[in-house]
Amino acid sequence: MSLPVNFYPELPAFDIHRALAWVQAEADWIGLRFVQEQTYRRTVRNHLPEDNAITLERGVMAEARVDGHIAYAGTSDLSQQGLVQAARRAAYLARICAPHALFPFTEGHRPPAHGRFVSTRRLGFDRLTLAELTDQLIRASRSLKVSDKIVSTAAEATLVESTVHYVSSSGADIEQQWWLVSSHCAATAQDGTETQQRSLNGPAARCRQAGLEFFDFSALHAECERAGREALELLDAENCPDETLDLILAPDQMLLQIHESIGHPLELDRILGDERNYAGWSFVKPDDFGRLRYGSPLLNVTFDPTVAGEFASYAFDDCGNPATREYLIRDGVLLRGLGSLESQSRLGIAGVANFRSAGWNRAPIDRMANINLEPGTSSLAEMIASVERGVYMQSNRSWSIDDYRNKFQFGCEYARRIEQGRLSDVLKNPNYRGMTVPFWNALKQVGCRDERELFGTPYCGKGEPNQLIRVGHAAPPCLFAGIDVFGGGS
Amino acid sequence: MSFLPETRRLFDDLADTAFSDLKAGEALSLQLSAEDQTYVRFNDSNVRQATAVLQRNLALTFQWAGRQVTFTFDLSGHLDHDRALLRSWLERARREARTLPEDPFAVPLQDHGTSEHEHSGTEPDAAAAVKAIARVTQGTDFTGLLAAGPQVRAVRNSAGLNHWFSTASLWVDYSLFTTNASGDNKAVKGRFWGPAWDEDRFQAVLAADKARLAFLKRPARPIAPGEYRVYFAPAAVAELIAMFSWGALSYRAYRDGNCPLKRLIQDEVGLSEQFTLKENFCLALTPRFNSLGELPPVELMLIEKGQLKNLLVSSRSAKQYGVPSNAADPSGWFGEHLRAPELMAGNLPETEVLNCLGTGLYVGNLHYLNWSDVQAARVTGMTRYACFWVENGEIAAPINDLRFDDSLYRLFGSALEALTRESPIHPAIDTYHCRALGGSKIPGALVGTFRFTL
Ligand SMILES: [Zn+2]
Repeated sequence: MSLPVNFYPELPAFDIHRALAWVQAEADWIGLRFVQEQTYRRTVRNHLPEDNAITLERGVMAEARVDGHIAYAGTSDLSQQGLVQAARRAAYLARICAPHALFPFTEGHRPPAHGRFVSTRRLGFDRLTLAELTDQLIRASRSLKVSDKIVSTAAEATLVESTVHYVSSSGADIEQQWWLVSSHCAATAQDGTETQQRSLNGPAARCRQAGLEFFDFSALHAECERAGREALELLDAENCPDETLDLILAPDQMLLQIHESIGHPLELDRILGDERNYAGWSFVKPDDFGRLRYGSPLLNVTFDPTVAGEFASYAFDDCGNPATREYLIRDGVLLRGLGSLESQSRLGIAGVANFRSAGWNRAPIDRMANINLEPGTSSLAEMIASVERGVYMQSNRSWSIDDYRNKFQFGCEYARRIEQGRLSDVLKNPNYRGMTVPFWNALKQVGCRDERELFGTPYCGKGEPNQLIRVGHAAPPCLFAGIDVFGGGS
Repeated sequence: MSFLPETRRLFDDLADTAFSDLKAGEALSLQLSAEDQTYVRFNDSNVRQATAVLQRNLALTFQWAGRQVTFTFDLSGHLDHDRALLRSWLERARREARTLPEDPFAVPLQDHGTSEHEHSGTEPDAAAAVKAIARVTQGTDFTGLLAAGPQVRAVRNSAGLNHWFSTASLWVDYSLFTTNASGDNKAVKGRFWGPAWDEDRFQAVLAADKARLAFLKRPARPIAPGEYRVYFAPAAVAELIAMFSWGALSYRAYRDGNCPLKRLIQDEVGLSEQFTLKENFCLALTPRFNSLGELPPVELMLIEKGQLKNLLVSSRSAKQYGVPSNAADPSGWFGEHLRAPELMAGNLPETEVLNCLGTGLYVGNLHYLNWSDVQAARVTGMTRYACFWVENGEIAAPINDLRFDDSLYRLFGSALEALTRESPIHPAIDTYHCRALGGSKIPGALVGTFRFTL
């Protein structure tokens, strides 16, 4: 049987324009965001199928503006009665909150934009049967087990079909559709008291907007064998040394470094204090835009929702703002924040189209989307050749940073020592720590376009109520000078 | 009809239909998670964003011939529509199960009994809470979230199991901010929770937090990385105990080689005699039945006087590894996890904490913990909120936040000097997908030495 679920007799197409007609008299302004998302999750553990799960999310978030305040009500009851109730509830919430509102809403916060977006894919999800996908994951799991010392293996695939249709009483009409794919494969090796894990690029980092062309199964099985062998190498490896050394980070760790120490601190809702009770504030001040030397002149970072196939590409955010590529940091200088129209008007500074929600049951907030470190001119080989003593770290395994996004500590799965311009021993338990701005100012070389890789994560957590959202991060390998690295042990 | 009775009738009607549709050899479990919540975010004592969510999420687990599939979907609340959708999913489940290889560790659905906890009385008044919070917090820099409304967890299966849990309550989780004499931002964390809005009680909780905030206005004392005596307030210890849910007490993680407490489990190291941790469903913050409807023991000793007594074993792990199950919940990021942890209180009166600390750090809260070396049970993270330098038993100055990196074996082993006599409840405040249930009961901890690295 084919992977996608086809049950349109039970779920007829939702006519959002008719729904808007039912509710648009309920407030000064009404917006409706319909979300339908099907997630197929298939996991195999130790060569046996484990999770065979499908999740269908289907609902509408109604927004109502009353007395200059916008409030939200989400419902999965898509009948006329259900939608009218939701619109009335949003209007009621807006009315009782308006006297205590933090700032006034204007028509400009919800542009009447029109448009469509369809993510890129070559092969539809119906090109593979469920039995075939399960079989390929079982084979990947077997490929990971290169020795009896591999004590457990996991191979997982997640496929998502998502549709969002947004309309408003002021004329917005935006329909966007995505096909999203992610995979995770990992091997755990054990020998005596030593245990080590190696995966393909770290937890769930392999994620793209794509169809089934994402899975090149013969390449995947070869990569799984390599991951299994590297897990064995780690069993016999030395601990990462505890000293200040040059550090090269692979793209699958750059993703985390960009995410935690550039993406989050630049979110304007954090800078405005909205997140102070949960995710935290930011060391970045409104005055820093246009002035702060965030990193060395080699640091160029963009908000780029236009990269075909990257995990968080789109044409409009959830308030109808058209999404364009913008430099956040250029030649090391901080230029622009990650803030939606609401945050931009509150702060009076430039932002981006990043008002995003995790689903029909959550209101949009300022989020990352694709936050990319733009390529430079070095190659990885040149970087390694230029290092006298250093460490090359790959694939994230541990992450922690303070609530102002200054003091971070990150760990990786696998590292190699660099001596006299050459890669030498494998090192286990590689960790490093630093402070955000000094760290980015220690950026000494940036890899070239050919070595840039696209990763992301489906699990960026933030917001009250809490939301998990998809983000993409593309980066080449990068070299940092004089970083505190250290290993494991008590 | 209101949300709770409507939801119950819908769930029962759907279950009755679906179970009667089953054919020979098929088994089905239905799990419901539902809420009718009002969430209101505040920043600087004003409303930033208000969202109401009405959701009923149904998961079906279908079994046939040792195969298992799980489908989850949003119910509309209209019986005819939801019944048609459930039938369609059931048909899909039948076909999928036939194409899958056998799962030898799938646990056949069984009748684990019946239980009922029905919320009675009124639902909390979110509108009254919003108005009062905005009014009484004026003049403070108050930021936080109000969550209010009814919640449901229910499981029924075709073997006869039937558990229903409904409740209605609210909490306000918040921070009060100020600037100290050095110009640094400083804050305290506060929490108000209960079955209903109570303005007098909220005012009292807020007043106590404002008093704590006064200590933070002094100039900060720079603290160099190094080892210090530390008192962790209960909220900080609760963050550290939360790490025990990241695979540390999971039988499956242990067998997979990814268990941070492997050396404790294998008796190579012990924790302090003062460290006793159990699952205690008498806390009554969450239903006792797990996502499969299985009933764990009312109390399950995990670590007693520093020695491991039990790991959390799900019925699946039990089947796979041939050990007895204690009905641990296998769902979630890290599998078998704590649902009602209680760290047993000690003898140190809260009033004696500063005296016994003498000179060292008072840590009010911790932030963003993660393993820095799983095999060594080493955890890194940050201090957050009310943290002070204490000298000769008196608060000397607030500190700027520090990064720590140390092993749970040391922290709760050789370095643990005392646990407080007082042990508050920490209600769960997670709201990913829906508002969580549950919580923990955790005292404060005095530690002889603890490592700060940045
Ligand atoms: Zn994030």
